[in-house]
Amino acid sequence: MKRFRISPPAAALILAVTLFLLSGLLPNGFGSDLGIAKAQATNIVRLAVFLGVIAAGQTLVIISGSEGIDLSAGSVVTLTAILAYVLIKGNDNMVLPAIGVVLLVGAVIGLLNGIGVTFLKISPFVMTLGMAGVVKGLIIILNHGNVSGKVAPIMTTIIARPVVFGIPGAILIWVVFGLFMWFLLERTPFGRNLFAIGVNRVTSTLSGIRVPWLNIATYSLAGALAGFGGFLLVGNTGVVFISLGDPYLFPSIAAVAVGGTLLSGGKGSYWGTMSGAIVLTLITSLLTTMQMPESVRRMVLGGTLLLLISIYGRQRALRQ
Amino acid sequence: MNRRRWNQLLLKYPFLFALILLAIAILVNAILQPTFFTRESLNNNMRVFLPLMILAVGQAVVMLGGGIDISVGGIVSIVNTILATQVGLQGSPQKMWLFVGLSLLAGLAAGTLNGFFVSVLRLQPIITTYATSFLFFGIALYILPNPGGGIPQAISGLYRNSTPLGIPLAIYVIVLILLGWYYLRHTRYGRYLYAVGGKAEAAYESGVPVVGIQFSTYIISGMMAAVAGIAMSMLTGSGNADIGSAMTLNSVTAVVIGGTAFSGGVGGIAGPIVGAMTLQMIMNIISFANIDTWWQTFVNALIIVIALALPGLLNLFQGRKK
Repeated sequence: MKRFRISPPAAALILAVTLFLLSGLLPNGFGSDLGIAKAQATNIVRLAVFLGVIAAGQTLVIISGSEGIDLSAGSVVTLTAILAYVLIKGNDNMVLPAIGVVLLVGAVIGLLNGIGVTFLKISPFVMTLGMAGVVKGLIIILNHGNVSGKVAPIMTTIIARPVVFGIPGAILIWVVFGLFMWFLLERTPFGRNLFAIGVNRVTSTLSGIRVPWLNIATYSLAGALAGFGGFLLVGNTGVVFISLGDPYLFPSIAAVAVGGTLLSGGKGSYWGTMSGAIVLTLITSLLTTMQMPESVRRMVLGGTLLLLISIYGRQRALRQ
Repeated sequence: MNRRRWNQLLLKYPFLFALILLAIAILVNAILQPTFFTRESLNNNMRVFLPLMILAVGQAVVMLGGGIDISVGGIVSIVNTILATQVGLQGSPQKMWLFVGLSLLAGLAAGTLNGFFVSVLRLQPIITTYATSFLFFGIALYILPNPGGGIPQAISGLYRNSTPLGIPLAIYVIVLILLGWYYLRHTRYGRYLYAVGGKAEAAYESGVPVVGIQFSTYIISGMMAAVAGIAMSMLTGSGNADIGSAMTLNSVTAVVIGGTAFSGGVGGIAGPIVGAMTLQMIMNIISFANIDTWWQTFVNALIIVIALALPGLLNLFQGRKK
């Protein structure tokens, strides 16, 4: 029996477009006004950038297999956003050093995750969840209830405002970032080996891949990417608070799943995650326009992930 | 001590390590708090520790069967919000017991949902129960959007102050659970559980009903989470949809300290109970140590991570010396 198959990223994009068109029919939707529709679509993609970048590291650790996942991403985003905010203090010249610092801080946290998972054999889920608590504790210590800082004008200009042809800078950054991720996954030895260890760690070891180091590098990189996500996010919001990154954690995993990346590892793409991020941002903002409370939003997100893993995530049957 | 004999002992009694930690924790607690061994403060401590101990037992059963249940905290929250909104501070005891029964049913339903997705549809346990935990916390938040509500004071007093024969109520509950477990362990079900956790494929080949066993572990864990939620509600006497969120990781940590392996098939129930006690004793010590409030979250989280890392660290060092 031959079944009609469509690649998950494409399916996600079709879902996004359908959902978007349907949202036009809502009482307060865009109706038949193309101008508003275009503005709304642009805005949703712009908002999806932050989820998309935060989900990039998630994509890497999930591809690496062995139940790889990064639950510290949300806290790392908050921490790095606060660090960027405090370091920059509204000074354009501090933007580049701040990027360096957030990447480094993210990478160090990721490194600790990687060491715990690789050498101490702690389950990635539990290790990164514990790390999320530690980072949250760090945030509270650093914060002491209040922070003083400011984002630089140049960040607001580039990230939050239209740059060319009315396209917001964030989207342009995302396109470049997407190309970088594609290159990393598809055209470098790192990417090749990452998919290999995701499929089977034993055969990878036998073929000469240094699995432990690759695993640690993946977690560090994921931390650094989450740090970059924090930097972008604070550029958009312009303010920081203690739970800034938390709402991105669960959607970042769901976005990876929507994009067709196998949660058991070894198969996936960043472009799938990008379409997943758009779908999830769309769903969240639809629920917000429909004035659904936080509780319903959570139920819908949880249900969405459950549905998706039921479609994509079945494991091999016991009977062969 | 002879290292080889020590290793053999650890292999036979995986919770030995937790027991030593517990002894140290009790010692430090007793020094910090001179009244520690009085009936009063023993009961005070045990009633606070009980919910996590019950939760850890359910988590341990799932992990023995080779799975994990991330949704237990969500189930605790659902039960808490049901009791706090439906019974109310002025509710009658009859109403309370009725909703205690309904809470158990809610735990059963939640466990069935998890079990269905993990064992019948064969989805990955971690990610599946993570998704359902979001669902459960959503439901809890829907039932009770803002903290409030409560259960009759008489009922929470019953939980807090009952010390039949001078022994805290919590001890009876634990002994009951342990007796139940030792019975279960030596039945066919118990043997099957260890077989499934050891290697599901091999167990399947030898005719063990793997799907049924895995399914049952999630039902047990869901019910245990409901019981923990009931105990937690009686302890606090009030409702909060967020009450279970920190408990999931703590339950897993308790199981790990208690010597039950992530890979399944090794360990028992006594270890996780000791682990849950140890973990909370350590948290007690910290709150006694007068640490700056700003540092509290950090120190608590750090202890959890260190506790999770300990078994791995020990393995690493033993591996070196061989």
